[in-house]
Amino acid sequence: MSKRIRIEPSKCIGCKTCELACSFKHHGMFAPSLSRIYNEVFLEEASFVTVTCQQCDDPWCARACPSGAIVKHPDTGVVEVIEEKCVGCRTCVSACPFGMIKYVEYKQKADKCNLCGGDYPECVAFCPTGCLTFEEEDAPLRTKILNYVNVVKEGRLEV
Amino acid sequence: MFGGWIGNVLRINLSKMTYAFEPLNYEWAKLYLGGRGLGSKYFMEEVDPTVDPFSEDNKLILAPGPLTGTYGAANGRYMMITKSPLTGTIACSNSGGYFPAELKYAGIDLVIIEGKAAHPVYVTIYNNQVAIKDASKIWGKTSDEAEDYLHSTFHRDAKIASIGPAGEKQVLFAAIMNDKHRAAGRSGVGAVMGSKNLKAIAVRGTLGVKVADRVKFREAATDAFRAIKESPVTSAGLPAYGTAVLVNVINQNGLLPTRNFQADVFEDAEKISGETLASTLLVRNKACMSCMIGCARVTKLVDPRYKAQTGEGPEYETIFALGSDCGVSDLSAITKANYLCNEYGMDPISAGATVACAMEMFEKGIIPQADIGMPLKFGDADAMVKMIELAGKKEGFGEKLALGSYRLASLYGHPEFSMTVKKQEFPAYDGRVAQGMALEYATSNRGACHVRGYMISPEIMGVPEKLDPYTTENKAFWTKTFQDVTAVVDSVGMCLFTTFAININHITNLFTAATGLNYTQNDMMKAGERIYNIERLFNLKAGIDPSQDTLPKRLLEEPVKEGPAKGMVAKLSELLPEYYKERGWGSDGVPTQEKLKELNIA
Ligand code: SF4
Ligand code: SF4
Ligand code: SF4
Repeated sequence: MSKRIRIEPSKCIGCKTCELACSFKHHGMFAPSLSRIYNEVFLEEASFVTVTCQQCDDPWCARACPSGAIVKHPDTGVVEVIEEKCVGCRTCVSACPFGMIKYVEYKQKADKCNLCGGDYPECVAFCPTGCLTFEEEDAPLRTKILNYVNVVKEGRLEV
Repeated sequence: MFGGWIGNVLRINLSKMTYAFEPLNYEWAKLYLGGRGLGSKYFMEEVDPTVDPFSEDNKLILAPGPLTGTYGAANGRYMMITKSPLTGTIACSNSGGYFPAELKYAGIDLVIIEGKAAHPVYVTIYNNQVAIKDASKIWGKTSDEAEDYLHSTFHRDAKIASIGPAGEKQVLFAAIMNDKHRAAGRSGVGAVMGSKNLKAIAVRGTLGVKVADRVKFREAATDAFRAIKESPVTSAGLPAYGTAVLVNVINQNGLLPTRNFQADVFEDAEKISGETLASTLLVRNKACMSCMIGCARVTKLVDPRYKAQTGEGPEYETIFALGSDCGVSDLSAITKANYLCNEYGMDPISAGATVACAMEMFEKGIIPQADIGMPLKFGDADAMVKMIELAGKKEGFGEKLALGSYRLASLYGHPEFSMTVKKQEFPAYDGRVAQGMALEYATSNRGACHVRGYMISPEIMGVPEKLDPYTTENKAFWTKTFQDVTAVVDSVGMCLFTTFAININHITNLFTAATGLNYTQNDMMKAGERIYNIERLFNLKAGIDPSQDTLPKRLLEEPVKEGPAKGMVAKLSELLPEYYKERGWGSDGVPTQEKLKELNIA
């Protein structure tokens, strides 16, 4: 099993620190528009949603890349852009159904989350609420299952 | 080359409908840091202090700080600087949300708005592309509606600051709203924007903020982050209950102003406390840009009297102004009135306190019912909500409420019932019970205000150390120190709430790593003092003389009637001379030439 960024939306407060931490680490400046993780704030619905690349098992972006610039590391599962090989054609940008890879103007390369290349992810380190965690087990999923199980349990008791 | 600052000032002239970018004056930036300090410096250099706040010669400066848009300690704030129509002093009103950081991402350190448009307009900024456009479609609309319109017509991801109908109609305590529910609330900055026929500013920025030393900045940010996560106030109290955590604390200490400061213990405090809010209307917590505290309250109003609605608030100050100060214990009504303040774009503190003042004068038979159109008694929640609506619309009795409590009470010949300093309404702490706070109220450069030197922190909460609130001893020193530190916080672009956990050391480390300037803590404190002094100079030149460093008679002469602080009055006559001395000002309250030289002002 490999570690992934786990996201628990109910904990998010919309502070966008994850976007700042990511862009600062990877682009050397605080620029949400360059972040590889995205926090969206829906003021009216009072909901905050954070998403980033989930490092697909069979990545669309890698399949689409005509120059073989996107690799999936067999040991960590990280899907990474090899910048020396990237020709900036943006095919991957069109291919990713989630919009989690983008073309970055100043580099003239595609850019996406690489889980900070094996370090502890910067976004997780700076997320103040525990909305983001980095773990092998999918704890938010487990929480959801438990919530559901509890509903079923309560229901049974009434029969 | 510095970091933190971008190096660009955007100047917009609404009379000529032109704009231009100009380089930031780094010499001033070094002395005045940014935000409140740098904005005030520009303002003083460019605007005659005697200007009529509503004339086209008054300017409005939007001022994020060098740290705005970075991370580490809730670095998402900006200041709106102008001459206040409410107080006649220099005004700077602070707000967070996402708009201030977006200005930096668009590559802008300051926006200076001059002149007056011939018809309603809004401004759009996309990095260096600026446009001034006709606003007739959104004039008259609420801030929420204006934002929705600009999101659909200009840019989905734009961040927007706007005024509501109250700003358009120049209600003297109109706010500038941003990101729908955040407010540069106090001193009527929204009325100035309205007088310029400027409805909104929408900005989309895709650039970034760089810092001078990335490694050092990350370290400093991590330190600040850790301190905020370790402090019980910023990691538990504020996140759990928001600022309203204070309702019970302040009430138990006997300084929760009730019924226009006629009492200081509100019998129904429990019903309007942060704890009650959390267990009833609260939907979830929300943060401003880069904030790890998340004190904002997203609430949902479900009450047969009102339209079902999700919104933000109420904060502690709002609960006081629309609640205890009006004798109202109905949390739904307070929340409704808060939403109305957000939609019309008004400062809930001044709005609520003005209604409270009217209530007292009605009960005393000074304001006849015919003038109001209905009875207006303390504790009448429906009447309070109605008054807020009328003030927002400036209709009926609302026309008088829109003047603020000082002008309202003066109209009826009784200014003593206005709980104000320099015509601005008090926030939610009775100065009789916290002597340092009383001194801060009397000397604050924008009139009565809690966020220019929050002496409640040491006097009531014991942060950074506990002071006896009833004594005057050392209060001049503490008040000056708090005022100067606050000027620094407001100027670098941080949120004041972080200072429950972090100190000038953290701030200095963040600032020096960002800008590359080798400043010591002492240099930072001097900058704070410098900023405080230029604001004072502006006010003196504007004709706000030191005799106005005072408090309403009620606080000076009427002892607290009940509660733990029974018998207390504000001992201003003891505090003020000591304060002037501490500041290095003459006994007449005017900064001396020596002081100004020492601070590189003269
Ligand atoms: S932009 Fe680069 S990574 Fe993306 S498909 Fe083209 S070559 Fe491959
Ligand atoms: S793991 Fe690293 S690269 Fe991926 S989103 Fe987080 S900070 Fe950005
Ligand atoms: S840092 Fe965490 S809490 Fe803040 S926006 Fe990102 S995911 Fe949400």
